[in-house]
Amino acid sequence: MGKTLFQKVWDAHTVGILPDGRTQVFIATHFLHEVTSPQAFGMVRDLGLTVKHPERTFATVDHIIPTDNQSEPFADATADAMIKELRRNCADNGIRFFDLPTGLQGIVHMVGPELGITQPGMTIVCGDSHTATHGAFGSIAMGIGTTQVRDVLATQTLSLSPLKVRRINVTGKLGAGVRAKDVALHIIGLLGAKGGLGYAYEYAGEVIENMSMDERMTLCNMSIEGAARCGYVNPDQKTIDYIKGRLFAPTGADWDAAVNRWLSFASDADAQYDDIVNINGADIEPTVTWGISPDQNIGISGTTPNPANAKNDDERKMINEALEYMKFQADMPLKGLPVQVCFVGSCTNGRLSDFREVAALIKGKKVAPGIRALAVPGSQMTAKQLEEEGIAEIFRQAGFEWRLAGCSMCLAMNPDKLKGDQICASSSNRNFKGRQGSPTGRTLLMSPAMVAAAALTGCVSDAREIFELN
Amino acid sequence: MSLTKFTRMTGTCVPVLGPDMDTDRIIPARFLKCITFDELAGVMFWDERYDENSNSKNHPIDDPRFKGASIILGGANFGCGSSREHAPQTIRRSGVQAIIAESFAEIFFGNSTGIGLPCVCAKPEDIARLASWVSNHPDTELTIDLENLIATWAQDSMPLSMPAEAREALTRGRWDAIVELLVNPDEVEKKNAELPQVRCSK
Repeated sequence: MGKTLFQKVWDAHTVGILPDGRTQVFIATHFLHEVTSPQAFGMVRDLGLTVKHPERTFATVDHIIPTDNQSEPFADATADAMIKELRRNCADNGIRFFDLPTGLQGIVHMVGPELGITQPGMTIVCGDSHTATHGAFGSIAMGIGTTQVRDVLATQTLSLSPLKVRRINVTGKLGAGVRAKDVALHIIGLLGAKGGLGYAYEYAGEVIENMSMDERMTLCNMSIEGAARCGYVNPDQKTIDYIKGRLFAPTGADWDAAVNRWLSFASDADAQYDDIVNINGADIEPTVTWGISPDQNIGISGTTPNPANAKNDDERKMINEALEYMKFQADMPLKGLPVQVCFVGSCTNGRLSDFREVAALIKGKKVAPGIRALAVPGSQMTAKQLEEEGIAEIFRQAGFEWRLAGCSMCLAMNPDKLKGDQICASSSNRNFKGRQGSPTGRTLLMSPAMVAAAALTGCVSDAREIFELN
Repeated sequence: MSLTKFTRMTGTCVPVLGPDMDTDRIIPARFLKCITFDELAGVMFWDERYDENSNSKNHPIDDPRFKGASIILGGANFGCGSSREHAPQTIRRSGVQAIIAESFAEIFFGNSTGIGLPCVCAKPEDIARLASWVSNHPDTELTIDLENLIATWAQDSMPLSMPAEAREALTRGRWDAIVELLVNPDEVEKKNAELPQVRCSK
């Protein structure tokens, strides 16, 4: 009987079974950022331990940095202390830090892939739930807590229990204007925000095979929003082509051996799955969230749910709570709803292809009056490339604020925040209450193309109509 | 390192019900701007409890009836979203000794177990019955028996569930994984030598 990629990578990294029954798993690559690591370094010091494998550890700074002015000291003294703490911890322990002046800084889930550090068949962890992103390369990549960051720093291993594997086949073809983000939201809507508890998601099928690596990263990134701690795509030629030539990619004879090894991790044709879900790509519309959990989403032609039609009391309560927070009515179309802020960026949709796609749509057009539109490339490398291609200028001409690399308005840890109950058309990943920095702020998750349509029209719009995609 | 063995816990309860209680709601991101966990006591569920002008929203945590409660009752997928350990840290540092919920998000569950904050599951109808009882009798002491996986209160009880490994770790005082992860350094180094490692090509 064949094995899934999850089983193969798990087996290859198993050190042994611990007395409590959990598995001691070797961690091939450990990423760090400034928010979840300082306490972990403190714990390592307090225990009199040292960083075991600094050469398998890579750090960058993303959550707290301002995206308008990154000269130090930062205006926010705590943010300034956090970057300095990370700098010191990396220097003290011989850890490579992609710091601001390196030209390689960015959101940790963009930096790893862009530099070729993220490779197939690895176990990859980071104190950040969106570590699932790296699964796009055929790795087991998962978010961990700070105490576990300590464990990895001190031992390069973790105590874990294996996950079940659910294969999600997305077959056929996507309609015009339907992107990876829509696929991700659709899956979460279908299986629920808690549907993936206990599972790793294996994304497969024609739609996934046809996706670029950027799109696969968008899809895997959102696995955690459906409760799957990790999601992955089996490595194929696209994976190999993406990695080739990157700064940390193998070279020469090492390259050929690496490619053979990487491809061997792909799930076997006769692998057994704990669950299989089939989705027809043609059924997916441009998708928008209406509530306070990513599974509260609808196709753009749909309407908000009516609590009267809820299946049970719990669902009725959830719908009511979300509608109340969002100040929306039941049975309300989202199309035409005015927005105040538009955000293109984040580890979900802050990549080269996201900005190239939006630039092609907004070229020569203008952001609607009164709309605050932010374009925040996820990394310095991406920002530089977009500047060279003239894409940054297209955004500026259209009336977007073109910002420096960072997490920005995805979460409320830097100056980019919503005010009051503003509605934000956002390419990010979470629409939780208060997520974008105002306790009453409202987030509508959607694809970058849909954000672009909202930016130009000033309201939630169907990108297919606005940009005549068909 | 000698760790607490979590076998029985007794305390009063506070219901914080509803599904998908995400970690942004448990601790808003602005509280993550810190380099230690020391300041996190008391800020759990802050924006759920207070509006922007610091007026109380009458959240159960601040209900005088539930003052001093040390067991949280929650819904399904408790602790979903961000991996921030600040979430269980603020809960534990605010005096909570256990959480009973319908289910827990993976990362939150692992983070909690690793810092000695037991997270146990119960059936939704049992939690509803307990929450209803507690609303009318807030002084009721609940006992969680982790060895026998049962919770008892007044004349009532309900079965609990928890993955065997986590229960073993908590009841035997092995919940801090570092103790066991440090036992086999040679095996770890063997694995390290066996697995390729990325190198900068320039």
